[in-house]
Amino acid sequence: MLELLAWGDTGWGDELVRGTLMTLAVAVCSFALGQVFGTLGASAKLNGGIVTRALAEIYTTVVRGVPELLVIYLLFFGTGNAIMGVASLFGYTGYIEVNAFTIGTLSVGLISGAYSTEVIRGAIQAVPFGQIEAGRALGMSRARILFRILLPQTLRYALPGLGNVWQLTLKDTALISVTALAELMRSAQVAAGVTRDPFLFYAVAAVLYLVLTSISTYAFDRAERHSNRGVRRA
Amino acid sequence: MNLSIMWDAVPKLLAGVPVTLQLVGLALLFGFALAAGVAWMRLSASKLLSRIAAGYVFVFRGTPLLVQIFLIYYGLGQFQAVRASIFWDILREPYWCGVIALTLNTAAYTSEMIRGGVQSVPHGQIEAARACGFSRLMVFRRIVAPIAVRQALPAYGNEIILMVKASSLASTITLLEITGIARRIISQSFAVFEVFIVAGAIYLLINFLITRLIRYAEWRVTPHLRRPA
Repeated sequence: MLELLAWGDTGWGDELVRGTLMTLAVAVCSFALGQVFGTLGASAKLNGGIVTRALAEIYTTVVRGVPELLVIYLLFFGTGNAIMGVASLFGYTGYIEVNAFTIGTLSVGLISGAYSTEVIRGAIQAVPFGQIEAGRALGMSRARILFRILLPQTLRYALPGLGNVWQLTLKDTALISVTALAELMRSAQVAAGVTRDPFLFYAVAAVLYLVLTSISTYAFDRAERHSNRGVRRA
Repeated sequence: MNLSIMWDAVPKLLAGVPVTLQLVGLALLFGFALAAGVAWMRLSASKLLSRIAAGYVFVFRGTPLLVQIFLIYYGLGQFQAVRASIFWDILREPYWCGVIALTLNTAAYTSEMIRGGVQSVPHGQIEAARACGFSRLMVFRRIVAPIAVRQALPAYGNEIILMVKASSLASTITLLEITGIARRIISQSFAVFEVFIVAGAIYLLINFLITRLIRYAEWRVTPHLRRPA
């Protein structure tokens, strides 16, 4: 049984580890993209006009109310079709395949962003308005208020919520296996199919996911403790 | 965008709604029972029971649901002992594998909500009830349960919606619920946008109704927060 997990051509150890690294890469990129979407969504919800606010509201409601798998399918099958549709307008009728990593990152990032929007919005609102007024009374510029008052506290308030979003994002990357991107879940599927030993490989995949989530939990705990170092506890 | 394809897809996709709701309903029902047991173990004075429960929650919250479904559906079937056992009648059915995976998954999350709810009950209230001569059962029924339910209901509402969304993963083990049917229609008609948009709208509608129901339930269990008419 252990020789199945060996390194190199005889076993699947290296494939699984490479899959884990790919999962990590997709998760990090999606999470980063999600922060961009989340910040845009939160500022749209808090400061936008009627149209941008409505758009942000539709974005979070739809993406959070529809199964993640459906979002991934829609982007995976849909983006290729859409790009080919545009290309055919310019007279190109060949088949265009969109890179699975890009599609995967985009779709999981979109999901991650919808959840981040709510977390960031709540964190911004948690900063007492009196502090911003105080900043203004001292003659601080908008940018300085943002960097000295709003941002440091928003980060602290958002950290626990963003930790949850990161865990969700990490686990959602498993769904990208439907696009045949060689991340951890897909590597386990291939190995299980070839060796006819699904239990072993899915169990190993589960353990590797557990390792990733445990390290994340630890890291976010540390980060939270670090960001709360100036806060007095009752 | 082809409206007639969308219109044709509506009845076909709606045929998957009962399967989705059954999966979710059964998983929530069994999951809640299991979660109550796990929460009881987690809160018990026995270190061993508490550790087992914590380990269970750790494993099922730390791994993707897809891995859990595949482990149960594909993984267990590889053992001759499982195939020879009486459980094989259940474990070879994708439907029941889906129900089992969703049950185990939701139970892990729900048990933490129950634990949080129970722990949110102020200790003084339990002491007061004891001082009034309440039996253990009575303390639970009259004091702990109502406060815990109020505390845990919003989070449990989110969990129900997460379950509706998670049930779409059952399509990966050949179950024909909403997502499974959507994929089958697309493989015949290639109308990706049309079909997935209708499927998404059905999920949104289900989740919208559930949020309404949960809000009503929250309103029912918090009469003390209502403004007098």
